[in-house]
Amino acid sequence: MAKTPTAKSSKVKSPEFVRSEEAPLLPPPATEAGITGWLWHNIFESMADFHSPLAAMRSLFMILFSLVLVYVFGTQIYGLLDFAIFSAVFSDPDGVKREACWTVQQGGSLPDGWHAACWPFVVAKQKFALFGPFPSEELWRVYLALVAGAAGLAWVMIERLPFRRQAGFLMLTVYPLATFILLTGGNIEVAMTRVAIWFVFGLALISVGRLGNAGRLGTVVNEFAGSFAGVGWLVVAFSTVAAIAAFDFNLEPVDTGDWGGLLITLVVAVTGIVASLPLGIILALGRRSDMPVISVLCTIFIEFWRGVPLITVLFMASVMLPLFLPAGVNFDNLLRALIGVMLFSAAYMAEVVRGGLQAIDKGQYEGADAVGLSYWQKMRLIILPQALTHVIPGIVNTFIGLFKDTTLVSIVGIFDLLGAGQSAIADAAWSTPVQAITMYLYVGIIFFVFCFGMSRYSIYMENKLSKSRRH
Amino acid sequence: MAQTTTKNAQIDADDIMISMKGVNKWFGSFHVLRDINLTVYKGERIVICGPSGSGKSTLIRCLNRLEEHQAGDITVQGITLNNDLKNIDEIRREVGMVFQHFNLFPHLSILENCTLAPIWVRRMPKAKAEEIAMHYLERVKIPEQALKYPGQLSGGQQQRVAIARALCMEPKLMLFDEPTSALDPEMIKEVLDTMVGLAEDGMSMICVTHEMGFARKVANRVIFMDEGQIIEEKDPESFFNNPENDRTKLFLSQILDH
Repeated sequence: MAKTPTAKSSKVKSPEFVRSEEAPLLPPPATEAGITGWLWHNIFESMADFHSPLAAMRSLFMILFSLVLVYVFGTQIYGLLDFAIFSAVFSDPDGVKREACWTVQQGGSLPDGWHAACWPFVVAKQKFALFGPFPSEELWRVYLALVAGAAGLAWVMIERLPFRRQAGFLMLTVYPLATFILLTGGNIEVAMTRVAIWFVFGLALISVGRLGNAGRLGTVVNEFAGSFAGVGWLVVAFSTVAAIAAFDFNLEPVDTGDWGGLLITLVVAVTGIVASLPLGIILALGRRSDMPVISVLCTIFIEFWRGVPLITVLFMASVMLPLFLPAGVNFDNLLRALIGVMLFSAAYMAEVVRGGLQAIDKGQYEGADAVGLSYWQKMRLIILPQALTHVIPGIVNTFIGLFKDTTLVSIVGIFDLLGAGQSAIADAAWSTPVQAITMYLYVGIIFFVFCFGMSRYSIYMENKLSKSRRH
Repeated sequence: MAQTTTKNAQIDADDIMISMKGVNKWFGSFHVLRDINLTVYKGERIVICGPSGSGKSTLIRCLNRLEEHQAGDITVQGITLNNDLKNIDEIRREVGMVFQHFNLFPHLSILENCTLAPIWVRRMPKAKAEEIAMHYLERVKIPEQALKYPGQLSGGQQQRVAIARALCMEPKLMLFDEPTSALDPEMIKEVLDTMVGLAEDGMSMICVTHEMGFARKVANRVIFMDEGQIIEEKDPESFFNNPENDRTKLFLSQILDH
């Protein structure tokens, strides 16, 4: 609104005016938009402030610091790329093995001072590093198990696919059994009559449970009907698994001692990861229980398994356990290591989950109680979904740590990826100064791919879950 | 205002909803409830008031076993309140509670918050539970928020959802633990209106609150508690106009003067 200045009131020249046409929409300055904008705000802004001596000093410091960083990172990254790609040897066309990676001084054809990766060595040892001494004719079984595992995992993880829950259930029940049969050959020695008796016994327990639930039997039985049915289902499931594992699918048996490399790493890590989460949740709930017996038992379990190093656990399981078992009972070496890893990681996971449970406001427990939910309903529907979401970083951290801890099984004579790599390095036919570095680089890259993949997926899960909660 | 009719219309003196006899509770060595004797009939609206720390919230939390009493007997709808899980579950199904800090489940939508208990505790099929939930959400006047999450709602809306959630179990008695104490003045009205509406429909309720206007409008008994004891118990007219006990007089002078 224009105020026409009168002669009397205007001591100051009034600069107000009204536009007669619209002000033009101008493009932003270079420092605000596009790539130059990004560069300005993220890099150069802190270096361009010279309006006071203090500001000038800060800007100079930033410039210097940035130059040093660029130099350090640049040289290191270039060095790595040079080692791995630019100067590396990729093929051994004449089949001379180690000579392909020798300098002139050592008797080969590469210039003196050459120092880069010798990839033909890795290619030659590939099968051994990935699968160990697994018989080559039977490798199709490993491929099948890996492909099925990857497909199942993708099915569960990709949002748009239907029946993800059922796929998840299959992955947790059918897949382990199928993989066991594929990798070991199945056809284990089981007394089928005994299995049949257990199966029938299990069915009987379930029926008792059903009748008890319907109130048909005496009051004592009715009270425990749920437990009867639960135990019954467990027995039926166990006998079915035993029966299937004992079936002869006409596969060549492969002893677990012949497994190795990435196969072992994946078997131990996946078993540890899949077992540790449910066990850890139960231990955490038990530790926080009101019943002193359960609480004390869970605490003792957790503190014991956290108090000993994993390497000791594996060593004890492998070497000392046979001394305590009755004569003739022989546990598979890999199975012993698996059990040790499972119990160890469950204890760690229990503490991570307990941290999440503690973070839940008491009001959530009370709100669930007030509407009449039972203890397990409250935990399953209200508390655990919130608690686990809070500690996803901690859980995935434990998984990643476990994945890398599997390298410790070499102490008990099981060749995991790192162990297979180390044994490949001992091959004199490929002896070069870069032999060890190349193999370790290869193993390191594989570990990094798996661990970084888990880490990325965890970020994805966190983002997805926080979106649905909208705080 | 339908004051008088609301208050006396639906009380059924033959139907005892709650009976508390000689109830005592300790928190460690602190004697928080001292010899509480209270009978609540079906259709009654009781307002409990008193200074902080007087045990008002503890008293109503004892009624659905969120706190345990160490001495005395509590009976809810004829069911004895003791350590028997079956009794506790039965009582919790018939008693709904609304909390000061709402206690909605943040990872579930509003509709899921309301249908959770009917589906899992009363074993209702999902469609029926959703129908009932939408009915009560309409009753508290926020049906359009059904698919949102609690974090997206204002305080007053969240408290109304909490009321709807409690109502979805169709309880015989509602307990309110300072339902408006965490709300802005503008939102207090919308929640109180909802509670008045509930009272007019005949719901038995016990309400711990500082909202004296609500007490005058809706309550047929006002109870004053101090230091764990019931000091005074009267109908609102007599309570506000002729308090007997000195402590009550002091409290009323502080709370009504500002």
